[in-house]
Amino acid sequence: MTLEVTSNDKQNQSATCPTFHMEILKGISKKEFKERCTQCAAVSWGLTDEGKYYCTSCHNVTERSKEVVNTGAIPNTKIQAINRGLKRKRKLEKGWDWYVCEGFQHILYQQAEALKTLGVGPELKNEVLHNFWKRYLQKSKQAYCKNPVYTSKRKAPVLEDNPSHSDWDSEPELLSDFSCPSFVESGAESQPDVHTQKPFPIIKASQSETASICSGSVDGVEYSLRKEKGIVKMTVPRTLAFCCLALLWQRETITLSDLLRFVEEDHIPYINAFQHFPEEMKLYGRDKGIFAIESWPNYEDIYKKMIEIATFLDLPRFPDITEDCYLHPNMLCLKYLMEVNLPDEMHNLTCQVVKMTGIGEVDFLTFDPIAKMAKTAKYDVQAVAVIVVVLKLLFLLDDNLEWSLSNIAEKYNEKNKEDKPWFDFRKWYQVMKKSLDEKKQKWEETRAKYLWKSEKPLYHSSIDKSVVCKRREMVVNLQKQFSTLVDSTPTIGKKSPSSFQFNWTEEDPDRTCFHGHSLQGVLTKKGQSLTTKNSLYWLSTQKFCRSYCKHVTTYEESNFSLSYQFIINLFSFLLRIKTSFLHEEVSLIEKRLFKTKYSKTKKKSSRSRKVRKY
Amino acid sequence: MSDFSEELIKSTTEDDQGERCELSGTGMHFPWLQKHIETVATGGKKEKDFAQTTSACLSFIQEALLKHQWQQAAEYMHSYLQVLEDSDSCKRQAAPEIIWKLGSEILYYHPKSNVEAFNAFADRMKNIGVMNYLKISLQHALYLLHHGMLEDANRNLSQAETWRYGEKSSSQEVLINLIQAYKGLLQYYAWSKKKMELSQLDKDDYAYNTASQNMLDHSWKTSVNLGALIQIPGVWDPFVKSYVEMLEFYGDQDGAREVLTNYAYDEKFPSNPNAHIYLYNFLKREKAPREKLISVLKILYQIVPSHKLMLEFHRLLRKSEKEEHHKLGLEVLFAVLDFAGCTKNITAWKYLAKYLRQTLMGSHLAWVQEEWSSRKNWWPGFHFSYFWAKSDWKEDKALACEKALVAGVLSGKGCRYFRYISKQDHQVFRKKIKRMKKLVKKYSIINPGL
Repeated sequence: MTLEVTSNDKQNQSATCPTFHMEILKGISKKEFKERCTQCAAVSWGLTDEGKYYCTSCHNVTERSKEVVNTGAIPNTKIQAINRGLKRKRKLEKGWDWYVCEGFQHILYQQAEALKTLGVGPELKNEVLHNFWKRYLQKSKQAYCKNPVYTSKRKAPVLEDNPSHSDWDSEPELLSDFSCPSFVESGAESQPDVHTQKPFPIIKASQSETASICSGSVDGVEYSLRKEKGIVKMTVPRTLAFCCLALLWQRETITLSDLLRFVEEDHIPYINAFQHFPEEMKLYGRDKGIFAIESWPNYEDIYKKMIEIATFLDLPRFPDITEDCYLHPNMLCLKYLMEVNLPDEMHNLTCQVVKMTGIGEVDFLTFDPIAKMAKTAKYDVQAVAVIVVVLKLLFLLDDNLEWSLSNIAEKYNEKNKEDKPWFDFRKWYQVMKKSLDEKKQKWEETRAKYLWKSEKPLYHSSIDKSVVCKRREMVVNLQKQFSTLVDSTPTIGKKSPSSFQFNWTEEDPDRTCFHGHSLQGVLTKKGQSLTTKNSLYWLSTQKFCRSYCKHVTTYEESNFSLSYQFIINLFSFLLRIKTSFLHEEVSLIEKRLFKTKYSKTKKKSSRSRKVRKY
Repeated sequence: MSDFSEELIKSTTEDDQGERCELSGTGMHFPWLQKHIETVATGGKKEKDFAQTTSACLSFIQEALLKHQWQQAAEYMHSYLQVLEDSDSCKRQAAPEIIWKLGSEILYYHPKSNVEAFNAFADRMKNIGVMNYLKISLQHALYLLHHGMLEDANRNLSQAETWRYGEKSSSQEVLINLIQAYKGLLQYYAWSKKKMELSQLDKDDYAYNTASQNMLDHSWKTSVNLGALIQIPGVWDPFVKSYVEMLEFYGDQDGAREVLTNYAYDEKFPSNPNAHIYLYNFLKREKAPREKLISVLKILYQIVPSHKLMLEFHRLLRKSEKEEHHKLGLEVLFAVLDFAGCTKNITAWKYLAKYLRQTLMGSHLAWVQEEWSSRKNWWPGFHFSYFWAKSDWKEDKALACEKALVAGVLSGKGCRYFRYISKQDHQVFRKKIKRMKKLVKKYSIINPGL
């Protein structure tokens, strides 16, 4: 299942896209004046500071000035005069008239481009993300609808003309409407008629005036004040939710945790993404609050936003996640088993757990935003949780059994040097612990060295502009000075993006590879099937929280065995998530695996005894 | 640089409180509490990653400095400079000082650093905000002094001296005085160099007059610079010392006396033993009456009873006519020997042996008993053990004899120390030991009858 595409002039798109971003929404504001320009005959009008029309293609300024629609919005003339004064001062700073959503569109564009260089297919950008975004503009009534939000502030009616939101295909109008601009096409300027045919709103003069004082964008002030019920407002973190939805739609081989890690490693524009806006898109004032970001994205947060946006966009059921998809737990388990250096043989066991818990079912895995309870699997977290459960099944992880099994394996390996070695948990732990500590240390160091501030400083108003710029200059100078004291060879070059963070080889004793080791030491034959030697199991959560606090369990580290803590730490570092988050997922897998245990004997506490046959 | 920075820290914690939103005003300081309050104030709102990474960066710098990894420190510093752009104005305002302290440390030690780099850094940091200009100027000057660049340091101080920004806060006034005083100190240095030159010249030499004229000029300027600072309560030893030296040189004894008296006796000044020592030495040079000298040392005795001047104090008291001074003389000796650092001071023991005899001869047994009663529990173990007897005899026989006499007098013939020494047979000391035994027999305060 793919989304329809309407155009594909890819050659032009990278070079001209930013301009198109402007174009897509410019139409919204200034088209009520429809005469052709006397100089170049184009119909593309912008407003000058004085409220006069000027031609955006040849910059010819007319004598016609904009009618003031709503005089009530101008409180008194004095304020207006002050505003004008400010504006004149700022005139050098004047760039294009742009809207906040155009800014976000630009960020999405950059992110899509970055994903493309990471190897994601071009359809993601040209079709999926593009359509999602247009749908968003429509749903949030910013464009492509009869009553865009800019016409009647705060009183936007519900989209009555879209009775069936559920069926994507029944809305050809939305899709075909996109013969104009944005992500895909070029040449919008040559088809001004497309714009003129659309219903374009009128902007109140007063509004645009106040707005331009406190923000570089046209609607920055209004945007930050906008609090409409039922509208999901665009934010910078939500751009990532968009990307992730598009990746999911395309069933790409990038999980949410990968995406966020790439953001942190600067492979995907996020922090200071506004830096790459075209020179003419000026940002200041309220734009700062909208576009400046001082935190890395957080898994849980983006995950929630994904669902929220998908629901808001009323997206149809996503393409099925089947067994041959990367996001299927069997695939991801294989990937993470390799990543954390566990024997390939374990994959067999993870597959069985996946089967028994039913988390490999298409219906379970496929995201359906219009289902009653919209939720999507946390594919990566879930796969990792399956591995944790399998480790518990094999080694119990009670700080005891895993070590005695290791002793047996060690003895066997010493005696049988020719054979395929038995997996030795202790050895694995030693190798992993060392690698993990090193990785963590490096990670912390790189984070501490992260440069957050953009080269383009953002300021609140023209008053603090000079201060902010001076401060920026000062920091740059000081940085220059200290960088001369640093070794000329940069110690931290930008890592090339990889979905693997560790790398194991047979040669290096510190990086010993355990992939080929066998599980013979921990399995026994029983009749036809193999059974784990260990017949015990303990549940990560005895009782689930049933209150309204939204989390199902808590994770108090010290209550758990050291091995379990290590494993949880290792995996949550890999995914850059909180340990409690992974623990919760492990508990949820166990809940599915030991259904009977939970439903029958709720009273029984302490360790449950359970033998599992494979 | 190091001991000076302490002074600065003191002044900063006092004046920057408002600016850094510190809560304590009572002088008590709980760093963890501040952090705690901050998190409470934000209503449990998650700290931004920016704040988190910059504070991690700060600890990495501190760690690197601790391990003398200047290169790494510089690397982290490069990133830490971002806090100057922190959106949290509290942190932003506190940043220049932290950056200055860490940055100057890095530039001081980093092998690739040089004076130019340090100068450039200092000049930049001076002009971030207004609160740090003077402090940084002063430390900058000290750095230049370290590198023997006296003229540059002087120029720097002159610049800082004339710097004004709006209404000076009181703390800034202290800093200006301090800057002037350091300038004065530099002038004193030049002056005393000239003095050296002058002392090598012949008085009849033509050059002598110009040189002495030069010196006069210098002294006038210096006295202006130094005079202001030492009016303010504080510990200004090097400034006071050089100021007094110059005053004395030009014969202004009254001025010098006034400065020193004020420095020692003004209650607003922190208690400072050196103040009394300077005054005492000055009065001694002046040949002041004994009574006056005693009164100065009495105060020093209260502050530092183990000071080496205490033996001199004892001599003065011994010579005095007043009986209470004689009693104090005994006290002073006992007090000196209370300190572990003085246990091998032969003069002190000699004085005590002699003075005990004298006191007992003068039938002031009560004085001795009074001193001894508080010490009889621990002095035998502290001074008169068998171990000390052996080692003292081995190292310094004269000392051992004096100590043995004191031990015998104070804790009787049974005292281990006395017994060990009195059993020794030595050609040179035979006579002395014999005399000692006799004296002990005569004066011992322990049951003389038995």
